[in-house]
Amino acid sequence: MTDTIDRSDEEAPEVLPRLVVRFAGDSGDGMQLTGDRFTSVSAAFGNDLSTLPEYPAEIRAPAGTVNGVSSFQVHISDHDITTPGDAPNVLVAMNPAALMADLGRLEPGGTLIVNEDAFDERNLEKAGYTANPLDDGSLDTYRLIKVPMTSLTKEACAPLGVKPRDAERSKNFFALGLVSWMYTRPVDPTLEWITAKFSKNEQVKGANEAAFLAGYHFGETTEAVGHRYEVRPATLPPGEYTSVTGNTALAWGLVAAGQLAKLPVTLGSYPITPASDILHELSRHKNFGVRTVQAEDEIAAAGVALGAAFAGHLGVTTTSGPGVALKSETTSLAVSLELPMLIVDIQRGGPSTGLPTKTEAADLNIAMFGRHGEAPLPIVASYSPVHCFHAAIEAARIALKYRTPVILLSDGYLANGSEPWRIPDVSELPDISVPFATEPNHTDAEGNPEYWPYLRDPDTLARPWAIPGTPGLMHRIGGLEKQDGSGDINYEPDNHGHMVALRAAKIAGIAADIPPATVQGDPDADLCILGWGSTWAAIDAAVQRSRRGGRKVAWVHLMHLNPLPSNLGEVLRGFRHVLVPELNSGQLARIVRAEYLVDATPVTKVKGLPFTAREIEDRIEEVLS
Amino acid sequence: MSDTAVSLTSKKDWASDQEVRWCPGCGDYGILQAVQQLMPELGVAPENTVFVSGIGCSSRFPYYMNTYGMHSIHGRAPAIATGVAVARPDLHVWVVTGDGDGLSIGGNHLIHALRRNVNLTILLFNNRIYGLTKGQFSPTSELGKVSKSTPFGSVDPPFNPLAVALGAEASFVARTHDLDRHHMMETFRAAHEHRGASFVEIYQNCNVFNDGQFSEITRRQARDEMMIDLHHGEPIRFGVDGHRGVVMGSDGQLRLVEVDDVGEDALLVHDAHREDPSLAFALARLSHDDHSPTPFGIFRSIDRQEYAGAVSTQLATALEKSGPGDLAELLRSNGTWTVG
Ligand code: SF4
Repeated sequence: MTDTIDRSDEEAPEVLPRLVVRFAGDSGDGMQLTGDRFTSVSAAFGNDLSTLPEYPAEIRAPAGTVNGVSSFQVHISDHDITTPGDAPNVLVAMNPAALMADLGRLEPGGTLIVNEDAFDERNLEKAGYTANPLDDGSLDTYRLIKVPMTSLTKEACAPLGVKPRDAERSKNFFALGLVSWMYTRPVDPTLEWITAKFSKNEQVKGANEAAFLAGYHFGETTEAVGHRYEVRPATLPPGEYTSVTGNTALAWGLVAAGQLAKLPVTLGSYPITPASDILHELSRHKNFGVRTVQAEDEIAAAGVALGAAFAGHLGVTTTSGPGVALKSETTSLAVSLELPMLIVDIQRGGPSTGLPTKTEAADLNIAMFGRHGEAPLPIVASYSPVHCFHAAIEAARIALKYRTPVILLSDGYLANGSEPWRIPDVSELPDISVPFATEPNHTDAEGNPEYWPYLRDPDTLARPWAIPGTPGLMHRIGGLEKQDGSGDINYEPDNHGHMVALRAAKIAGIAADIPPATVQGDPDADLCILGWGSTWAAIDAAVQRSRRGGRKVAWVHLMHLNPLPSNLGEVLRGFRHVLVPELNSGQLARIVRAEYLVDATPVTKVKGLPFTAREIEDRIEEVLS
Repeated sequence: MSDTAVSLTSKKDWASDQEVRWCPGCGDYGILQAVQQLMPELGVAPENTVFVSGIGCSSRFPYYMNTYGMHSIHGRAPAIATGVAVARPDLHVWVVTGDGDGLSIGGNHLIHALRRNVNLTILLFNNRIYGLTKGQFSPTSELGKVSKSTPFGSVDPPFNPLAVALGAEASFVARTHDLDRHHMMETFRAAHEHRGASFVEIYQNCNVFNDGQFSEITRRQARDEMMIDLHHGEPIRFGVDGHRGVVMGSDGQLRLVEVDDVGEDALLVHDAHREDPSLAFALARLSHDDHSPTPFGIFRSIDRQEYAGAVSTQLATALEKSGPGDLAELLRSNGTWTVG
């Protein structure tokens, strides 16, 4: 096939250690699909990679405007990487709006591939250009490659009898073909994918194939494009790999948690960006015993999860910030009922509707404190797309073992970003099953056996979990304060104080059941970076660079935010400087200061975007120089 | 956990050891008695029965039943009960709610549980007042209600609970009242036996904050002339010796008539099984106040797909088609490649 085109007369591609490509176009241009294909092919080729999709909040933002620009950035490399890259090396701009929106991100002197057909007066005006940047010399500092993608696509599709209007829709495949040639990506996987994906529509299939090959051949035959580059496969540890987004990994983690707990999973969820994909994914896996209820609202979704938990399932609800606020009352009830339940928060820009499609990590405060009364609960945070899988299992483990609601934090960046994953051996995943109560656990005044729903395990302080259908263990629980042990309603002041303390002690005690904080990098450094969540990728890159540059830097990354690892205070006190990079205004920094009286300095960014490694590296320099 | 081998229970098996704490004279006592007396007759086991409630006087109910139970949060009982029912279609799940809990703060959950037709038996204690918070008007209080929060009379027109339920496509809709244990038991029995969401409005007297709201209809001496008993397949008539009846005019309006004036054949025959809810709706709206003849009994009882069962069926079908889920396979479902 085309893959075997004789290139013997060509010079060999130049080898690059890494490459960041950004595909940008109108929301209707299929940029997410294009980026996704480029990613899959690179993954299969053996590159390490990391992706960052960005799309507008409006489903159909006005075509051709900067607000309607959708883009997909992918970082591929021949070595271990964690971030989607700071500045793209290549920007593919399908129209003037995409150029306007994303040119500022392109590295100085970077490669700029534009669809020059789209640079007509109307589109230029809609994007806010007064002169055509392709002609006015303003792009001279870049390596500009102008390609009439729309007309070439139409031409390529004409022999198939595809109407020009329909053919135009395939221009993203032309772009993909061209970039595939430039960066020496194999062709067959994409052709196979097109065949499978569009098997139901011969014409669309044919048009996409034709456009893709036309783009590829255009690169091959046109001098304008210049020579080719190659990013060799990464030397990843041997094994079987797949590529996952954070949301897929999280959904699979929930399925796994059900299997590992030997419990059916019931998800109550209400559609919300960027969490809906978890609902979609879980809805497909009914043969795992996963039930999904698309509830009437966020509150009901939490109610369904809690009801299912009472009935003996692993009850889960998935949402984003505004939904967490709505679920707060039910979560507090779960704290009082002491039932296991997972609340998954895929954080996005807030407050309110905020930036629904952009990332942020500003829900730590609501996770920590966003309930009425004294209602502490454990918080687990995932730090990479792949880690979402393990974080889901860990959150479920804690919820089940301690009979408590647990909040699992992820964010839009992890949710939609993807990376290669060496598939774990499922037999090595932990057993997180817990027994249900089957027998009475107490004797009443007359010596008859009875069941006390709040008689605790002395080690974990967890109460027993007796599920409906179990004879002899009928009991009533509720939101009113109850007597420890019997669970009877009790309004006594001392009992309330006792119960508040007990519920807090139960959560605090989990610190003994999670790994201690470990210091990566240089333990003898003056500076320690304290991170949590998706900042992991940027911190990792920044710490590596600073250390390569001769700086000593230590790094602690938290996966448990409540309770915090028991040694954290001691660890942090060992450093002169503690920097806390967060995609919020300093929420963890404040907690750490309050908890340990450590002079932690927040490094904040609240722009709906992840940190670049450079931003963190610069702060490290600032502190150490 | 099947109920087939249930040994016979008696009323006391269904009563918990908790002291009942409603105000003396409250209509809730009568409802509790009716439910506790009915349960042994249903042939179900206490351990397979769950009562879920929200917040309000009525919502104390689960504490008094020796079953599994949850006294949850205001308005949310239908949502939580949906979770119980979806997880465990083998259980008998009851929801106890009130006019404030079910129609105000929890209105959304109630209508959606009814729309989905989740297998729940929903008892709505309607006393037309907020009792637990000591006497504010409720969403079923009549317009102009003078209450603690409406000293000049409320300007809120009320909901008609049955009309709300019918509008939400409820498959079983009935009304009973707290002074007739037998009628309550028969209505609850039918509600329990119905597969899907059954909605029962119970006229309940709050003798502390809204005493006598329904007494013009439900007191013993008034019942004959004020209560219209609905029986499926029978002409709708009431009054001493059934001298009055209901007819449907050519305009579709229901009217109360003297049977002697129109003849028995002209009377409307009740049909609770009609797909079309308009007859049930018209009957639900026959009376607009608590001073005129009011229908009781089963307004509507139709068969349609039950939600939790449908969810289970999808699971069973998937299991049959694809076999039990294999985690290792799932993790490879996006395509894989091998390194090394
Ligand atoms: S306030 Fe009314 S409804 Fe509530 S318990 Fe007392 S009498 Fe019953």
